[in-house]
Amino acid sequence: MAEAKVAPRPLSPHLQIYRWSWTMAMSVAHRITGVALYGGIALFAIWLVALASGPSAFDNVQWFFGSPLGYLVLFGYTWILMHHMLGGVRHLVWDFGHGMEAAQRINMARFTLVGSVALTLAIWVVAFLAF
Amino acid sequence: MADNRADTRVSMRTPLARVKGLGASGHGVEHWWLHRMTAVSNIPLIIAFVIIVAALAASPSYQEAIAIISHPLVAIILILAVISVTNHMRLGMQIVIEDYVHDKGLKIAAVIANNFYAVIIGVACLYAILKVSLGRILV
Ligand code: HEM
Repeated sequence: MAEAKVAPRPLSPHLQIYRWSWTMAMSVAHRITGVALYGGIALFAIWLVALASGPSAFDNVQWFFGSPLGYLVLFGYTWILMHHMLGGVRHLVWDFGHGMEAAQRINMARFTLVGSVALTLAIWVVAFLAF
Repeated sequence: MADNRADTRVSMRTPLARVKGLGASGHGVEHWWLHRMTAVSNIPLIIAFVIIVAALAASPSYQEAIAIISHPLVAIILILAVISVTNHMRLGMQIVIEDYVHDKGLKIAAVIANNFYAVIIGVACLYAILKVSLGRILV
């Protein structure tokens, strides 16, 4: 091939030169939670397949989910799921062209964090009390 | 194809891509749209999923778990949730791969593995839900 000319294409600076902001943090969090959910859903598949396999396989899996580590995983998964869900709603609001102003963006980003923590605690309190 | 922009050097497209003139593969809008559609359908399905799992956590015996999963309403909601979520996560992870994996061979391998993973998770969940619930009539 002939000599390739390197055109001065626009480049974006690397992550570390930006000052962290709420919107940036929640954007990163949305991606990390999406990937975590992607991996964690395998646990649900394992639980279902164990249920379909019979009582002894099921008891083994239940033992894990009933252990302190199991509870930690379930609690973490609840929060990650709620965070990603509220973050997703935020994206859908943007898709309709709303919530683009600076103050709105920051408030929505804060709401994602506060709302996901509140929802997670509410789910666990209700699960313990009602069921 | 005539390139009559004022300054062709300032472009996100490489000179090679311009010469090839192939443009994008043409599946971007479909990918994006299906990702949004599944994001919307995920919301009610995930809310229902959380309630179902909470009920399961509260009644940990095998019989009770079978009874909950095999209820037609629960089984149908879970099946819909599995279809929606596995498609959503497959599309989402492909975006993440395309953002970070630049080597062409690795990227193709990763996208293939992503598709396989999503299908395996989906089929495993659907098989288990159907096996537990089909033919079990609540009397
Ligand atoms: C609960 C309801 C959910 C909603 C409303 C939702 C919404 C969204 C939206 C709107 C995006 C695109 C974000 C963007 O454009 O940057 C996204 C990305 C993604 N979602 Fe979800 N999602 C949900 C549940 C899930 C679940 C359960 C999983 C996995 C099992 C998942 C995995 C992903 C992944 C891997 C991405 C790509 C992340 C990225 O590109 O940064 N999502 N989600």
